[in-house]
Amino acid sequence: MPKVTVDGVELEVPAGATVLQACEMAGKEIPRFCYHERLSIAGNCRMCLVEVKPGPPKPQASCALPAAEGQEIRTDSPMVKKAREGVMEFLLINHPLDCPICDQGGECDLQDQSVAYGRGASRYDENKRAVTEKYMGPLIKTVMTRCIHCTRCVRFSEEIAGVDEIGALYRGEQMQITTYLEQAAKHELSANVIDLCPVGALTSRPYAFEARPWELKKTLSIDVSDAVGSNIRLDSRGREVLRILPRINDDVNEEWLSDKARYQVDGLTRRRLDRPWIRRDGKLVAATWEEAFAAVAKVNPGKSVAVVAGDMVDCETMFAAKALAGALGSKLLEGRQTGLDYDCSNLAAVNFNSTIAGIEEADAVLIVGSHVRWEAPLVNTRIRKAVKRGAKVFVVGAEWDATYPVTNLGTDLAVLDKLPKDVADVLKQAARPALILGGAGLGKGALGACLALAEKYKLVREGWNGFNVLHMAAARMGGLMLGYAQKGGVADLVKAKPKLLLSLGADEVDYTKFADSIVVYIGHHGDKGAHAADIILPAAAFSEKAGTYVNTEGRVQFADKAVFAPGDAREDWTILRALADALGVSVGFDSFDELRAAMIKAVPAFGSEGLADYGALPKADKAKAAGTIEAYPIKDFYLTNAIARASETMQRCSAELLHGESFAEAAE
Amino acid sequence: MSLQDKDRIFTNLYGYQPWNLDAAKKRGDWDKTKKLLELGPDKIIEEIKASGLRGRGGAGFPTGLKWSFMPKESKDGRPSFLVINADESEPGSCKDREIIRHDPHKLIEGALVAGFAMRARAAYIYIRGEYIREAQVLEAAVREAYDAGLIGKNACKSGYDFDVYVHRGAGAYICGEETAMIESLEGKKGQPRLKPPFPAGAGLYGCPTTVNNVESIAVAPTILRRGAGWFSSFGRDNNKGTKLFQISGHVNKPCVVEEAMSIPFSELIEKHCGGITGGKDNLLAVIPGGSSVPLVPAAQIWDAPMDFDGLRELGSGLGTAAVIVMDKSTDIVRAISRLSYFYKHESCGQCTPCREGTGWMWRVMERLRTGDADVGEIDMLWDVTKQVEGHTICALGDAAAWPIQGLIRHFRPELERRIAENVREAAE
Repeated sequence: MPKVTVDGVELEVPAGATVLQACEMAGKEIPRFCYHERLSIAGNCRMCLVEVKPGPPKPQASCALPAAEGQEIRTDSPMVKKAREGVMEFLLINHPLDCPICDQGGECDLQDQSVAYGRGASRYDENKRAVTEKYMGPLIKTVMTRCIHCTRCVRFSEEIAGVDEIGALYRGEQMQITTYLEQAAKHELSANVIDLCPVGALTSRPYAFEARPWELKKTLSIDVSDAVGSNIRLDSRGREVLRILPRINDDVNEEWLSDKARYQVDGLTRRRLDRPWIRRDGKLVAATWEEAFAAVAKVNPGKSVAVVAGDMVDCETMFAAKALAGALGSKLLEGRQTGLDYDCSNLAAVNFNSTIAGIEEADAVLIVGSHVRWEAPLVNTRIRKAVKRGAKVFVVGAEWDATYPVTNLGTDLAVLDKLPKDVADVLKQAARPALILGGAGLGKGALGACLALAEKYKLVREGWNGFNVLHMAAARMGGLMLGYAQKGGVADLVKAKPKLLLSLGADEVDYTKFADSIVVYIGHHGDKGAHAADIILPAAAFSEKAGTYVNTEGRVQFADKAVFAPGDAREDWTILRALADALGVSVGFDSFDELRAAMIKAVPAFGSEGLADYGALPKADKAKAAGTIEAYPIKDFYLTNAIARASETMQRCSAELLHGESFAEAAE
Repeated sequence: MSLQDKDRIFTNLYGYQPWNLDAAKKRGDWDKTKKLLELGPDKIIEEIKASGLRGRGGAGFPTGLKWSFMPKESKDGRPSFLVINADESEPGSCKDREIIRHDPHKLIEGALVAGFAMRARAAYIYIRGEYIREAQVLEAAVREAYDAGLIGKNACKSGYDFDVYVHRGAGAYICGEETAMIESLEGKKGQPRLKPPFPAGAGLYGCPTTVNNVESIAVAPTILRRGAGWFSSFGRDNNKGTKLFQISGHVNKPCVVEEAMSIPFSELIEKHCGGITGGKDNLLAVIPGGSSVPLVPAAQIWDAPMDFDGLRELGSGLGTAAVIVMDKSTDIVRAISRLSYFYKHESCGQCTPCREGTGWMWRVMERLRTGDADVGEIDMLWDVTKQVEGHTICALGDAAAWPIQGLIRHFRPELERRIAENVREAAE
């Protein structure tokens, strides 16, 4: 542990730390543009210059200099002040200074640092450089004249996303950052470069000219577009959420966010159900809440009730519906809408046990029936990190572009019963072997065979649990904890022929099988579920209610409410509470707090944020895997849920990035 | 007393004889190279250290010391590499070109000896893209050497395997910077790397690498044959040996000539170049080491010894010993402004001060050339050069700043005169 002195204060820093980190540990702010904790060190902006002794008599780039024993670092000397002023002046001479029309205004590193470290006036009298516009796709708006060439976006694309999409052309003053051949950035994490860009060169295209950061109310929430449970911040103004940004959580999403989670936000204001509807003579007719409740009461289902939960509902909604069904005398609850019927008697067997951060440590990974890059882009970046550290990855299932080298073992699941020798050897010799079972694998009944593999290759060992199931629905783990799982899956509900089917935002269910049931849809978007419903009770989207979510690794997380639901729509739990009155039963809670307290009483794990404990893996039965995995459940990354399908941005991404349609840019 | 022919290393500098292997052998190249290798790596490095050879690429770092930074054995299986910098792009410099096109076997033999001394697996010769004929000669010479068993497997029957690859650049000045050269060799955009790690620790493909100038490598075999004592008998202390001087500009006979270090400027010019055009009194200024060092006015340069330390005392440097002579017909401001344009054009654009500063400096220089400026802008320009110098990743920022600093230091009255005259013109 080297000892260094920063501005006269002596401190010990961890071995391998840089001078910049040492300065931060000493509480000194070091301005920077190119340096980013999660990217490689470029050292090109020269803003972080400090004076270091011993060393040459010139300022040193602190981001790239290792802290060494006995260094005397000065961040407050005249030399450092002058160096910072000089670099700041250089950065600004060719910067357009068009802050009043720049979307980065108010959250711009260049603005902030020029105020703090700049000279206040320019001596540059020549013409400024201008750069021709670039096209980076439907999400990233470019004004490359503002670019300060920090190359954060280039490094993100290469290192984190794993694609060679963005790079630098030309040299010197003429250097330009662009996508190769000016194609759209296609990676599903591409929009993170907008957050990384320290200036207004890369800004959000859908959010262009929408708002200034100081106008926005910031609400902490959880993403529901996949089962990762990315921590997000909802920026809202009035009744509208204007944008979604990632929050830092090193255990889950680090500081990244998938493009879908970020840009399905405009779907929150489109195709919304803002009043109740009742089907009369085959047509949906607008109604009042009283009429809607009366219509439900008229069904008079008795015990013949079933509940099917959608992919984006929170645990409170599911618990309230469970309480209602229970009060009516039914236990027919299911959340796996597409008919999956894997065994849920032990939740450890259907959990991502390595944890999302932990999978980075794996040194051998067997992926069974999962298109990880689409099902959970942020898990894919973690596997990529593991590969960079030397992990070997094997895939059973149809091929997909992983952004890291994988060995494909074919589509036939029978390979699980007898792995090829070289694969088996790698798994045997691995210190931390892992298996990831995805939706396609679960659908083919591979869970048993995978549990057998877990035993055979000792995936669970001291300090390591390598058995993972990767879900795709934000509601899945919470639903399973609340018992939304029948032995035979949705088929059990169909068999029971319920008089009343409560659909909690379930848009992926095949409703034709419930032709004889009255379907009451409690949800927020006029999507597939609403089309099949007999009675629609408009509810709140995830941004419009507080709620508890459990991600695929069993991490309980709380989200807050950012805005009110539109029109007559109400929060889901209040609808269910009112339905209890309409159906003449009691659910035992009258407020959200009472509901949450009852839920925590029933399932204590919901009481605190963090990983739920599901105990040990079950013993494997003698299940054999059969069948082939030719396709994965997600056919279109951008259109996987009702909010995304309603989003114009996501529709355009799907059309342009996945289906190759071209959109002519209107001349600006 | 100047250098005699018997003490010249580059005996075919002017191409009076063929470059090929037979002719080279007659000149003494590849003569018992195996015996040189039998000295062993440590002895070779000792000898080079003792000879006082300093890097001929411009920085003047002691060559033997540089070689000794290379690992003596590979602990993790990584091979070591020698990279030879033949990307001679400095305006004024043309010595490597003469070596390669007329005496390529000196370089190839040097590559083997130096590579052996630093336990390198192979040498990469990175040759400037514009040197088309030279690259052809070099490639042919390498083929000859392979065919004769001088390099390749069991090079010179020494039991040492050593490969030589010729790689052609694409015409970027910055690829002459050692780490940018390594990036370029790896197939990336030629941009200098951050140091540390230094190439001797992690260079080409992450392996220990030494980058040397063509001349430094090419003189090594002769130094070993004739002994460190012979080489160090030329020049002043700390500036030993012989050196290729390249004199261009306003002299009667511009030439490349091998001379002893520390030769006075006057002797170099009078003896080899037929004097300054228009006589000694017509001399205005000299850029003694290639475009990146500050100019030295006539009065100071005339008796100065041409070596690293002597020119540093004058606020300039020996650089590559590319002596650019300017007589009084020169528009000195325009000359320096053209150099500024060169550095603006060749800046890689990676780091801020150089990317933005070179363009700024050039634009101000262009206005100073015509006098379309304020007197205060001279000080501002000085300040800007100081903001670039020492703040960049590589030395290109310094190289862009120094010529301007030299101009302001020595020709400020000229700059002020132009500004004053321009103002008068405008007023009339």
